[in-house]
Amino acid sequence: MPITLGLLLALSFVVSLLALAFLIWAISNRQITIDQHDAETVFEPGEERGDAGEETQLHKFDPVQAGIDQISSRPVLVLITAATLWLVAGSFFGLIASLKLHWPDWLDFAAPLTFGRMRTLHLNLVVYGWLSQAGVASVVWIIPRIFHTPLRRPKPVLWGASLWNIGVTLGALAIARGWTDGEEWLEIPWQVDILLAAGGACFIAPLIQTARARQVHHIYVSGWYFLAAILWFPVLFVVANLPLYGGAQEATINWWFAHNVLGLWLTPLGVGAAYYFIPKIIGKPIYSYAVSLLGFWGLALFYSQVGIHHLIGGPVPTWLVTLSVVHSVMMFIPVIAVAINQHVTVAMNLWALKESIPLRFISFGAVMYTLASFQGSIEALRSVNTITHFTQYTVGHAHLGAYAFVSLVMFGAIYQILPRATGRVFPWPGLLKLHFWLVAIGFAIYFFALSIGGVLQGLAMLDATRPFRDSVEVVLPYLQARSVGGALMTLGHLVFALNLLGLALAARGESATTVAAE
Amino acid sequence: MNRYLPLSILALAILAFATLMLVIAPGMQIDARSVPAGLRDYTEAQQRGRDVYVAMGCVYCHSQQPRSPDQAPDGERGWGRPSVASDYVFDAPHQLGTMRTGPDLLNVGARLPSEDWHLTHLYQPRAIFDWSIMPAYPFLFEHKQQAETDDTIVILPPAYAPEDGVVVAGPDALDLVAYLQALDRTYPTPTDGLRDDGYASGPSADASSVEEGDG
Repeated sequence: MPITLGLLLALSFVVSLLALAFLIWAISNRQITIDQHDAETVFEPGEERGDAGEETQLHKFDPVQAGIDQISSRPVLVLITAATLWLVAGSFFGLIASLKLHWPDWLDFAAPLTFGRMRTLHLNLVVYGWLSQAGVASVVWIIPRIFHTPLRRPKPVLWGASLWNIGVTLGALAIARGWTDGEEWLEIPWQVDILLAAGGACFIAPLIQTARARQVHHIYVSGWYFLAAILWFPVLFVVANLPLYGGAQEATINWWFAHNVLGLWLTPLGVGAAYYFIPKIIGKPIYSYAVSLLGFWGLALFYSQVGIHHLIGGPVPTWLVTLSVVHSVMMFIPVIAVAINQHVTVAMNLWALKESIPLRFISFGAVMYTLASFQGSIEALRSVNTITHFTQYTVGHAHLGAYAFVSLVMFGAIYQILPRATGRVFPWPGLLKLHFWLVAIGFAIYFFALSIGGVLQGLAMLDATRPFRDSVEVVLPYLQARSVGGALMTLGHLVFALNLLGLALAARGESATTVAAE
Repeated sequence: MNRYLPLSILALAILAFATLMLVIAPGMQIDARSVPAGLRDYTEAQQRGRDVYVAMGCVYCHSQQPRSPDQAPDGERGWGRPSVASDYVFDAPHQLGTMRTGPDLLNVGARLPSEDWHLTHLYQPRAIFDWSIMPAYPFLFEHKQQAETDDTIVILPPAYAPEDGVVVAGPDALDLVAYLQALDRTYPTPTDGLRDDGYASGPSADASSVEEGDG
């Protein structure tokens, strides 16, 4: 038996390497035709800048594009509004949970207010309410644009948004009442998950139909990420929520799912959005288009198998843990590929960061993707994981990925989309900058506090001569610092919501040309 | 990368492969293990208590998976021997946990068998450990002027006792304590025990794994 499983492990790794070798061969022999010219798919005629950075032609409002955006804009606006409300609610639950860790006797009079439920509400609202909906909004906005064809069936997307939000609301109520499936990332009861699955199907079908009706020959890189993600997530979600499992086996399914929510759902949404908006805002194609293929297929091959690094040292087979550790380290390949493309493109056009607040959010987020992935690969090494596993360090890492990367890209995407979807401009540009600095500084405090505190906590726990209380007392000041960081982030989210409200109340009538050229 | 179907089929095939490796293969391997002789299924009260444990979200601060001595001093802290997959056959949903804001609880019933201790600790953890940051669960208890005959009174130091009357345990608190007392995997490691032995190395590690197998 162990030999067979060792072989399986080796097999998995060899298959991944072979696939990667095949991909490199295919690219170098032009079996998969892709060239730098394809990277220009995102642009309208005349939109791309010349080498000196001058615009080859004045930005013009393109009527075709206007027709496309007009159809996408309603579902996109609904999704963004709902996502923003969940972000604000989820942030408050997160802040309360954070405060309760160092004020344990605060708000202890009712079960829904206990730490275990506040934390769970926070996670589910920000993942399913905020990130997923903001991500779907970006997909609904970008897919018709890169395929040069209007969104097919915008109505079902609206039904999907209703079902999804009813599902998230019922899920939140269930969790608050103590009705839960009881696994991390899968707490929403499976009965309620049926609503989410139905809502998800309403998002996905129109997107696939739009993709199949595309008017361009080439599928732009953002399209690969999006089209794969909208297939991956439903499979993950349905399989993991089937109420069939138990014991240690359930734990492997739990972490197969939970890490893939990050790897095969939120990450492709964030990376895909960044791949679209970075060149679009700068006006230059991404640096090396062929490398982006490596990034995409590498992500699919390696990220899909990293989940069990959450069970290192646990009651699951050794080969399985090793498999996930190896694939976690292999993630360096796709991450470096994405980094080369996105960061070099921005680095060669630094002027644009000053000009465009959305770009500032998006490229900050893209850099955080690189850092979060590097950190994750290192954290999965057994020697490092022994210290950081079971500590607040993991929470810091999760927020580097889900917050500093995905959420910041989504902030930027929303700031970029909204003026174009509504034909209005943000009335208080200064508040966009304030939002950026609040969340950037808040997050820096949050991240460094938990990372340092987590390592100290882990070292205390590993030292048999120190009592357990040491691990609690040593991390306490860092938990307080985290609350400060979290409060700044929450404040930033209120400013974000205020900006959106300002835009909603602003008079229409700013000409679309001004918007396009901003 | 210009065609939709090959892209989606390949993407799904990769996910299917990952599912085979991460879910199906280990699932079959775990299923093939027998139920340990020393492990009992939960009684009704213990299972109800387990449901309270799940509903309160205890798992977000307490793991239930002691690590091996090759990796960490969990055993020296009294958290028990390294757990194996078959220790969890009656656990649904699993509560392995990924955080130790508080200690591991897989063997808390063996380590802290007293019902009184747990009731006091659940009502107000700081009545026992002044450094504890665990939430208090006063809503699982009832404040009465006078205890009735079948009431379980919670023992409290004066600083945390009510000014008059007594605090008695509610049904959820009693069930929860029944579950915590049932958390006891101190029986010998099953010979076919399955766990991550990735921290074991060298001849001494081999010896210890044989020992575990014999134990």
